[in-house]
Amino acid sequence: MEQNSSGLKGTFGVKAGLAEMLKGGVIMDVTNTEQALIAERAGAVAVMALERVPADIRAAGGVARMADPRIVREIMQAVSIPVMAKARIGHFVEAQVLQSLEVDYVDESEVLTPADEEYHIDKWQFDVPFVCGARNLGEALRRIAEGAAMIRTKGEPGTGNVVEAVRHLRTVNAEIRRVVAAPEDELGTLAKNLGAPLELVRRVKEAGRLPVVHFVAGGIATPADAALMMQLGADGIFVGSGIFKSANPEARARAVVRATLHYQDPAVIAEVSGDIGEAMPGVEISTLAPSERMQERGW
Amino acid sequence: MQIGVLAIQGDVREHQRHLMALGCEVPLVRRVADLEGVQGLIMPGGESTAIGLLMQEEGLLDDLRARIARGFPVYGTCAGLILLARDVEGPPPPRVGVMDITANRNAYGRQVASFEAALDIPAVGDAPFTAVFIRAPRIERMGPGVAPLAFLHGQAVMAEEGPLLVSAFHPELTADDRVHRYFVEKVRNAHYRPES
Repeated sequence: MEQNSSGLKGTFGVKAGLAEMLKGGVIMDVTNTEQALIAERAGAVAVMALERVPADIRAAGGVARMADPRIVREIMQAVSIPVMAKARIGHFVEAQVLQSLEVDYVDESEVLTPADEEYHIDKWQFDVPFVCGARNLGEALRRIAEGAAMIRTKGEPGTGNVVEAVRHLRTVNAEIRRVVAAPEDELGTLAKNLGAPLELVRRVKEAGRLPVVHFVAGGIATPADAALMMQLGADGIFVGSGIFKSANPEARARAVVRATLHYQDPAVIAEVSGDIGEAMPGVEISTLAPSERMQERGW
Repeated sequence: MQIGVLAIQGDVREHQRHLMALGCEVPLVRRVADLEGVQGLIMPGGESTAIGLLMQEEGLLDDLRARIARGFPVYGTCAGLILLARDVEGPPPPRVGVMDITANRNAYGRQVASFEAALDIPAVGDAPFTAVFIRAPRIERMGPGVAPLAFLHGQAVMAEEGPLLVSAFHPELTADDRVHRYFVEKVRNAHYRPES
């Protein structure tokens, strides 16, 4: 946090505030300026600048790291919407580099190969806000305790299969309902079982929701997938491989954005889902070896 | 009183909560039909490019221009300010574009430059207002009919013209409801003719 002539910077208020502005929107993975412009023209609220989309990271194997700063810079110059970029879990120097590039959000992401298997980044040390993945309420609150200003449920990235995204969102929602229903004197034990700070569990009980904006990610491939996640209560959608691994990215990007807006209107979803070409090829989750499941990264 | 919140995308819920606490009925507006019976509208913070594109697809830009010409009150925060501005510095999104101001997009820089500051807004009271600026625009030029309501470092960050009110900051992100009260009063006193 820094006080200067133009006020207080890097406060949790301005970090979480940007996430509030993204609500109801679609954030798309892009790997070059051409894709970034397609995303912007389709109505994406932000782009995630990457060297490879998750499906290609999966295919390539090896160690996946922060993107080349040149790619991130080029994308930042090409579009007017916010630009996010991924750092490896625990790799606070990658995050420092991304902050110095002035990206708008850092995603401490399980899509990349973790740099630290014990500690996540201390996100309070940064002015740039962070979004982190979670599979359940405890994991979400641990990330928020470390300073994350936005949460995305993880799903299973690069699969085009929405089943894990649904599982994680439903899990978080069910655990929130349990916290809301719990009497005050049970919150301490509940917090212990969740592995989350009591203070944050209290805030969940008061608000009936996560204390920060809650997007979903990991397997969203169709307009109907996006609307499904919105009807289940997501604040917005990350689409990784789903757009640019499909047959007609431009049409699919627009369709996913419109379905996210009109998520309660099946007639609109039907209309936008027609004639947009083939979706990305999907992966059955049970065919993934445990070591191939990105969602298990982080704790 | 019915005051709608444009619900294409952005911090819709926060505006809705403030207006409901002030006793308004608050329909969410995603298409032209949702404006039926609505007496005023808030255009929330969000991404102006995305909101503008989708408003255009929904026919909301033309419809709102016609309504505003008949005196329909609209309050735009941040992205809403850009969407109401006649002129834009930086990439111009599709927009309503009827207020005689020039908006400079992201005038304060990217997210790491976002900030909170205490503002004097005499129109809403003496106590300073905690204003949250997020990738905020600035008002670079004001036409003769535009009245500035607040300044930061000598530059207007809140202004009104006829039925239109804009702020570069986000009063909906704080508990202070004075700016929303001001807009509700503006809607109450507006001379809006629903059909010409």
